Amino acid sequence: MTDVHADLRSGHHDHVVDVRDVVVVLGAFPALAGASLTVDRGEILLLSGPNGAGKTTLLRACAGLVPVERGHARVLGLDVSTERDAVRRHVGLIGHHNGLYSDLSVSENVRFWGSTVGASSAEIDSAMRRMGLDGRLSDLPVARLSAGQRRRTALAALVARRASLWLLDEPHAGLDADGRDELDAVLRAAASAGATIMVASHELERAGSLATRHVRVVAGQVVPVVGGSS
Amino acid sequence: MKSMLRTAKAIAAKDLRIELRSRVVTNQVIPFAALVMILFAFALDSDALLERVAPGLVWLATIFSVLFIVARSFALETADGALEALRAAGVDPMGIFLGKTLALATQLIALEAVLVGASVVLYRADVSASGGVLLVTTMVLATVGLASVGTLYGGLAAGAKGRETLLPLLLLPVVAPVLIGATRATESAFGTNGIDVSEGWPWLGLLAVFAVLFSVVGTVAFGPLVDD
Repeated sequence: MTDVHADLRSGHHDHVVDVRDVVVVLGAFPALAGASLTVDRGEILLLSGPNGAGKTTLLRACAGLVPVERGHARVLGLDVSTERDAVRRHVGLIGHHNGLYSDLSVSENVRFWGSTVGASSAEIDSAMRRMGLDGRLSDLPVARLSAGQRRRTALAALVARRASLWLLDEPHAGLDADGRDELDAVLRAAASAGATIMVASHELERAGSLATRHVRVVAGQVVPVVGGSS
Repeated sequence: MKSMLRTAKAIAAKDLRIELRSRVVTNQVIPFAALVMILFAFALDSDALLERVAPGLVWLATIFSVLFIVARSFALETADGALEALRAAGVDPMGIFLGKTLALATQLIALEAVLVGASVVLYRADVSASGGVLLVTTMVLATVGLASVGTLYGGLAAGAKGRETLLPLLLLPVVAPVLIGATRATESAFGTNGIDVSEGWPWLGLLAVFAVLFSVVGTVAFGPLVDD
C-alpha cells in the first residue's frame, strides 16, 4: 500500500487535494462542469454556494464516490478514478448521516470502525479522548446521544480509522449552539494535528469563522471568494 | 486477504453484538416462525398429514423468516448511512459480504434448531441417529446457501425504493432449489412416508452447489452491486 503520510511529509504530493477541470455528470445533469481546486495539508476549506451548485458532488468526487467523466482528481497523490479504493481508505466522508449503529455504544462504534483498519486499542482510546468521548459517554448507546455527541462519535470513528482527509457536508446542521462550538473546537484541533478538512456549508458565519480558506461552488465550478481569506 | 478476513470478523461480531443487544431475532423472528408452524398445524388439523408435510413446513417457515432477518440486517446498515459509510471508507466489500453472511448464518442455525425441535414436538417427527447426521448436514448446507443469497439480495435491495416488498420478490424465486433440496433431505432424515435416510443424501448435492455458487457470486458481486 502507498504510504501517503510519508509521501506527504517528503513533499512528494504538492497538494492533499488536486482537482483540475473535473466534469461529473449525474444522469443528464452536469453536477460539476470543469471544477478546479487544490487543498493543502492542515487546511480547513469552506465550500459555499447555492443548493444544487455541486458542493456535495465535489466532496463525493474527492472520495471516489462519483465517476469523473473528464479532467483529473487526485487525493493524497492517488487518482480517484483508477485508485479509488486506496483513496477511500484515507478519506472520511460525513454527510447527512453519521454512519453509526444506534444499538451499539459510543466505544463499540468507534472500536468497530477502528477494527476495519486494524487500529490498536491505544489508537481507539486516543481517538475517543480527542473527541471528548472518554468517560461517562463512552458506554452510552448511540441512540441516547444528542446530535452533537453523535457527530463527535462519527468524527472519532474517522480518527480511529486513520482518515487524513475529512469531507464534511453541512456538519453543523441539527446541532445546538454548544454542539456547534464543540464541533468547531474538534475540527480546529484535528487540522492542527494534520488532518485536512473540507466543509460544505450554507452557514457562512459559523463555518466561515472556522475555515482557513473559503471558496464558492457555482454552477459546477469553483470560484474564489472576493475579499475572502483565499 | 488479511484485510478481507479482518473486515469479515469485525462485521460479523458487530452484527451479532447488535442482535444480542436488541434481541430482534430471538424475541420476534423466532416466535414468528414458531407461530407459522402452529398455524399450519391448526389449518391442516390432521396428524397424518402434518407428519407428511412437516419437513416442508420447517423450511417454508425458515425461508419466510430469512426475509425478516435479511431485512433487519440491512436496516441496521441503512438507518444512519453505515453501508454507504463502509463503502466510502474503502472497507473491503468481500469482507462485508462474508461478515454479514456469517452473522446471518449464525442466526439462521439457531432459528432452524428451534423449528426442527418444534416439528418434532408438534408434528411428531422421528429422527434416528443416521437421520440426525443427514439433518445437521442439510441444515449447514441450506444455511450457507440461504445466508449467501440473502446477503447478496439484501445488499442489492438496500438502496432501492420499496425495498421491503422488493426483497421477497427477488429472493423467494431464487431460493426455490433450497426449499426443494432441504425438504427432500429432511423428509429422509425424518423417515417421512417410510423414505430411507440414504435417499436424502443425493439432495445435498443440490444444496452444496447452491451454497458454493451464491457464496462465490456474492463475494465477487457484492461490492459492485452496493456501489451502484
